[in-house]
Amino acid sequence: MADTRNAGRPLSPHLQVYKKSLTMTLSIVHRITGVALSAGTLLLVWWLTAAATSDQYFDFVQSVFGSWIGKPVLFGFTWALIHHTLGGIRHLVWDTGHGFDLKDVEMGAKLTLAGSIILTVIVWAIALGVS
Amino acid sequence: MLKKTPLGQVLGLGSAKAGTEHWWHQRVTAIAGIPLVIFLVGYLLVHRGASRADIVASMHNPFVAILMGLTIANLVWHMRLGLQVVIEDYVHTDHTKYALLLLNTFFAVVMAVAGLYAILKMSIGL
Repeated sequence: MADTRNAGRPLSPHLQVYKKSLTMTLSIVHRITGVALSAGTLLLVWWLTAAATSDQYFDFVQSVFGSWIGKPVLFGFTWALIHHTLGGIRHLVWDTGHGFDLKDVEMGAKLTLAGSIILTVIVWAIALGVS
Repeated sequence: MLKKTPLGQVLGLGSAKAGTEHWWHQRVTAIAGIPLVIFLVGYLLVHRGASRADIVASMHNPFVAILMGLTIANLVWHMRLGLQVVIEDYVHTDHTKYALLLLNTFFAVVMAVAGLYAILKMSIGL
């Protein structure tokens, strides 16, 4: 297909004319966490492949994940996975035609954010053996 | 007035020739992903700090291997659909766009094959 865009044409103002809101932020965060989780998929498959390969290779991958850089990355992926899942449930509710009132949308955003942080902390408390 | 041929109307594929299939698969894999994410997080928590022998032994249980296989398959499908939309939204130069869409498909296929092969190998010990 030919590129028919005219770079010189005037553009109408877009995102920058709106006051920033939590719902806007969560919208883009849902997409960013989705993209980030693709890298998480790579790590999960790497880990599974290592487990199917040899003790030495598995220990190497485990030591990378358990390192000072590995742990924060896994913590980030845990939050991204939980946040994307909760955000996804929010989208599925919208797909049924419910929850479009401003009040509900705002409440859903807060619940998604708070829920993702609380669940991530719980998962890591269990993972690190904090009782 | 509906400007569509009777055949076009029945097929309902629109100008992109894909209809609502992409959207629908996104939702199906999203719904399937909810229990599978719970399984994945639970599995990883249960096997935190486990040795390779423990992981391999866990895959000897068909239910665990099947659930992990479903998790990978569902995840990869959902990932490919999502990344495709992101590429289509932000990349407007044709050759870059099609190159990225192709890479996206390759990435998804490699992840699926590698993940499923690893699970199968541990499960039935080829």
